[in-house]
Amino acid sequence: MQQFLDTTLGGLVLGAVYAAFALALCLIWRSTRIVNFAQAAMAMVTTYIALSLINADVPYWVAFMAAIAAGFGLGAVIERVIIRPVEGKAELNAVILTLGLFMVLHGLTAITFGVQHRGFPAPVGTSAISVGDTSIGITPFGILTIVVVALVMAGLVVLFRFTDLGLRMRAAAFNGEVSRLLGVRVGRMLTLGWALAAAVGAVAGMLIAGGDLVNPAFMDPFVIYGFIAAVLGGLDSPLGSVIGGLILGLSLSYVTGYVGEHLAPLVALGILMVVLLVRPSGLFAAAAARRV
Amino acid sequence: MERLRSIIRPVASVPLARHLVVALVAFVVAMAVIGSSSQYLQTRYAEMAYFAIAAGGLTLLTGLSGQLSLGHGALMAVGAYAATLVLERTGGETLADVFVALLVAIAVCAVVGVVVGVPAARLHGPYIAGATLTLAVAVPRLANQWEVFGGEQGLQVSVPRATDLPAWIQDLVWFFTAVEIDQYSFLAYLGWLLLAITFVALANLSRSRVGRRWRAVRDDDVSAELAGIHLGRARVVAFTVSAMAAGLAGGLMAMNVRLTAPGAFTITLSLTLLAAVVLGGLGSLTGALIGAGVLAFLPKFATDLGESVGLSATQAAEVTPVVYGLVLMLVILLAPAGIVGSLRTFLARSPLGSTKEKTT
Amino acid sequence: MRNTARRAVQVVCVLTTASLLAACGAGKERPSEDGTAVGVTDTSIKVGAHFPLTGPAAPGYSEIPSGHQAFYEYVNDNGGVHGRDIEMVVKDDAYNPTNTSAVTNDMILQDEIFAMVGGLGTPTHRAVVQRLNDDGIPDLFVSSGSLQWGDDPAGSPMTFGWQPDYEIEGKVIGQYVKENMPDAKVGLFLQDDDFGEDGEKGARQFLDAQIVDVQKYTPGGSTDFSPQMSSFKSKGVDLVIGFNTPSYTALSQIAAQGVGFKSKWFYSNVGSDPALVGGLLASMTKGKIPAEQGVKLMDGMMTTEYIPGVDAPDDEWVKLWQKVWDEYSKKGSEKLTNYRIYGMSQAYTFVQALQANGKDLTRESIVETIEKEGASFEGPGLAPFRFSEDSHLGISGMSVVEIKNGASEPLTPVLVTDIGDAAIEEDDSAASDVPPSSGIPE
Repeated sequence: MQQFLDTTLGGLVLGAVYAAFALALCLIWRSTRIVNFAQAAMAMVTTYIALSLINADVPYWVAFMAAIAAGFGLGAVIERVIIRPVEGKAELNAVILTLGLFMVLHGLTAITFGVQHRGFPAPVGTSAISVGDTSIGITPFGILTIVVVALVMAGLVVLFRFTDLGLRMRAAAFNGEVSRLLGVRVGRMLTLGWALAAAVGAVAGMLIAGGDLVNPAFMDPFVIYGFIAAVLGGLDSPLGSVIGGLILGLSLSYVTGYVGEHLAPLVALGILMVVLLVRPSGLFAAAAARRV
Repeated sequence: MERLRSIIRPVASVPLARHLVVALVAFVVAMAVIGSSSQYLQTRYAEMAYFAIAAGGLTLLTGLSGQLSLGHGALMAVGAYAATLVLERTGGETLADVFVALLVAIAVCAVVGVVVGVPAARLHGPYIAGATLTLAVAVPRLANQWEVFGGEQGLQVSVPRATDLPAWIQDLVWFFTAVEIDQYSFLAYLGWLLLAITFVALANLSRSRVGRRWRAVRDDDVSAELAGIHLGRARVVAFTVSAMAAGLAGGLMAMNVRLTAPGAFTITLSLTLLAAVVLGGLGSLTGALIGAGVLAFLPKFATDLGESVGLSATQAAEVTPVVYGLVLMLVILLAPAGIVGSLRTFLARSPLGSTKEKTT
Repeated sequence: MRNTARRAVQVVCVLTTASLLAACGAGKERPSEDGTAVGVTDTSIKVGAHFPLTGPAAPGYSEIPSGHQAFYEYVNDNGGVHGRDIEMVVKDDAYNPTNTSAVTNDMILQDEIFAMVGGLGTPTHRAVVQRLNDDGIPDLFVSSGSLQWGDDPAGSPMTFGWQPDYEIEGKVIGQYVKENMPDAKVGLFLQDDDFGEDGEKGARQFLDAQIVDVQKYTPGGSTDFSPQMSSFKSKGVDLVIGFNTPSYTALSQIAAQGVGFKSKWFYSNVGSDPALVGGLLASMTKGKIPAEQGVKLMDGMMTTEYIPGVDAPDDEWVKLWQKVWDEYSKKGSEKLTNYRIYGMSQAYTFVQALQANGKDLTRESIVETIEKEGASFEGPGLAPFRFSEDSHLGISGMSVVEIKNGASEPLTPVLVTDIGDAAIEEDDSAASDVPPSSGIPE
């Protein structure tokens, strides 16, 4: 029972990070109909920037904000310079392009920061919280992770539902031509979509790195797990992404805890295939069937 | 000379005959080059051969039938483990053991190709990319789960010693190259022989009715279906053929590395194969060969270059993946047809090339 | 295309003729093997080794080759060995066996090394043992305690271990726990390969009844060990014995805190360096406490020790290492660590073997020398080597220690034993060896 509780709590924390990551993929998909396979590498880069600041004795939360800002800038630049030429072209091109970007960012980070495994501090404790005599399997940092992801989620809802900017972004993504006629600067909105996504990705990177060792490959599992979480939620729906992330996090935590760590990617693949073949529009999409 | 031409013309007009001649030439040249190379270079040529086989299968899949697979590293893993387990049981001391192992690797991958190909045929674009990428991560991890695969430290691979090879092979190699065959050159010759055979088979397939169907599906699946082509079946066949090539490549890789362990089949391997076929030009076997050459020879070159500009050894080792990534990005942004495709376009435009026939 | 085919046929004809001529010119004589030792000249010896300079096992282990190189430079500057300078090639394998196979290939074919000295890691080195033995290349003093380096000299005649093997370490740990903590519920935390397997084999000789849970990890796999620690916690484990590399000591500690699992810890020597693990722990903890305070987090952990380390600055051996390191470290700012001492101690044994071999050095002669004389080599090891024609296993014993303030306090005298059911005996005789005044073995 104790172990079940610990595994569940661990799965929720993990799921929260997958959710943030899937959210980022979803933002990009909504704006440019591209799955960004370089998302994990971008988040890894911003996490390394934060680590350099922390090691230069910059306070943790300042470094955290710096990572977000760096993500925002990185996302914008990448969209403008690299992605713009393939927007609306054959979808294979965008896939190959982002995979190439993944390899480049990976290698450049390794060259710049070194490939060594390095400790990454957490802003709050990483010891389990005790209730009376028994400790429960969640740490202050785990709680912080869930809270931060919830805040990011809420922030995006506010942005898209209640602000003029959010409305314009949605319009640009929904129908570029019509929006342009209505005076929305579509290109700028798409750039903003990528920038926001990369900032959210940067948050996910900080949350996964805290209290662990990092190296240039530490975000690699998110290339697939983030994608699967987003597809679970339908790629189009932010709320779906969050729920997809939580489902995936819990599933993988149970598999790792009770069956074996090595089967986790296979189970993830199974989940992905079932969703794609049985319910291609994701578990939560209300829209009509989508072509996968 | 005129008489010679009259013999050649009919040969050149039949695709199979033409492919066979080209392959034979290529193999003889390869044998001469391998025979006169150092053992170190021989290992590189052997590596180039198995990368080319895998890339040839992949380029056919992606270039002709339009399906992207990032899971070919996983298929190579399946081939490598199949061949390794067979060699473990047969002892791996004779040439026959080697061929049995490779045939089993191909057969197992054919089955896996169908199993993966059927669901994959229903996916497109980013979905098939994500699914096959997950496959590339998931399959090698299975080796950690079951003891028969030897876990993280993998299984050793036994390969025949040069002295165990049939005498006629030893004599033949000696006759042609004036160098005694050893384990390194044996693996290089074997690799290039199988490469030649594989490419003849793939080239014929792509010129045949099957290949035309794949192209029809890639270019316009609706019209293809209207023309009576069974979309799913065409895609599954393409995937299976491609998987068989990856299986053969995996088996050869196992024999060359002499170890089969999950650490060999990383995401990077799958992405590297993609870089090779994109660089050469999707759909082009010549391009796949060029790409494989880059895979086999670039790492040393790039690492030396990195060290010469002052990077440490571990940093310099990262130059290679950066180059692969840049290749992927630049080809997509600047020359989507890859090296071979761009060259062809260039030749077609230039007065020099305009007189020549441009089909391959 | 037709033109191409035509030209192709022409090429075939030319090439066939050329190769026929070449074949005729070469005649019937086939070259024979020559006996000169590759990698050795009158003035130099080239050796090589693979180490994890990157990857999950790099923290700590990547420092070992710098110890080797510093000691060889010291020897070279003092005239070398029989007039030969020692040069060492170091290649990174990232603790990935496939890479080990590739870089070993390069060292054999490109760098043309005489011998491999100190190649590191159980899963990694295992991938190349057969290759090295097939090619007749001496494979000396593997940096790992797996049994396979030394328990089968007939199968791997060129390979020698160096440090105590994990089976005898498991036995010593097992006996200590059985005698001193008979009520402990033991959980084993093992690297999922021969390293963990050998350790478990030794420990089970004494603790079979006390072991209640076994958890494993894969190097290079997940770095989150909460599931493993949760399992220990739910099974009521109160003593964990770990056969793991240093990063995984830190990660298991972090995960144990994360799930609220409290226990005594007993890490195998290879994973227990207080300075390194403490530093890693400090860097992962809240508010990034200074590395020097990180060693406090290791207080109370138990481990074993078979060579003197940095916590014994007055030891004659450590004085020698300190002197060599101060003079020959490439980057002056880096401190002497236990990993560098390990490298220098290994290099010392290699120089000792070369000295004992004499001027006529071949790949066969160095193996013969170590088999004949290795057991009497005096060195920093607390216990003697077991080298003979029947065993290529290394140092034969160790003492159990507890870590306090980053230093180790002995809990037992030196305990000497061998694999199988050999008895464990107290034997301090080798612990009193001192280095010659020149610092170079004679």
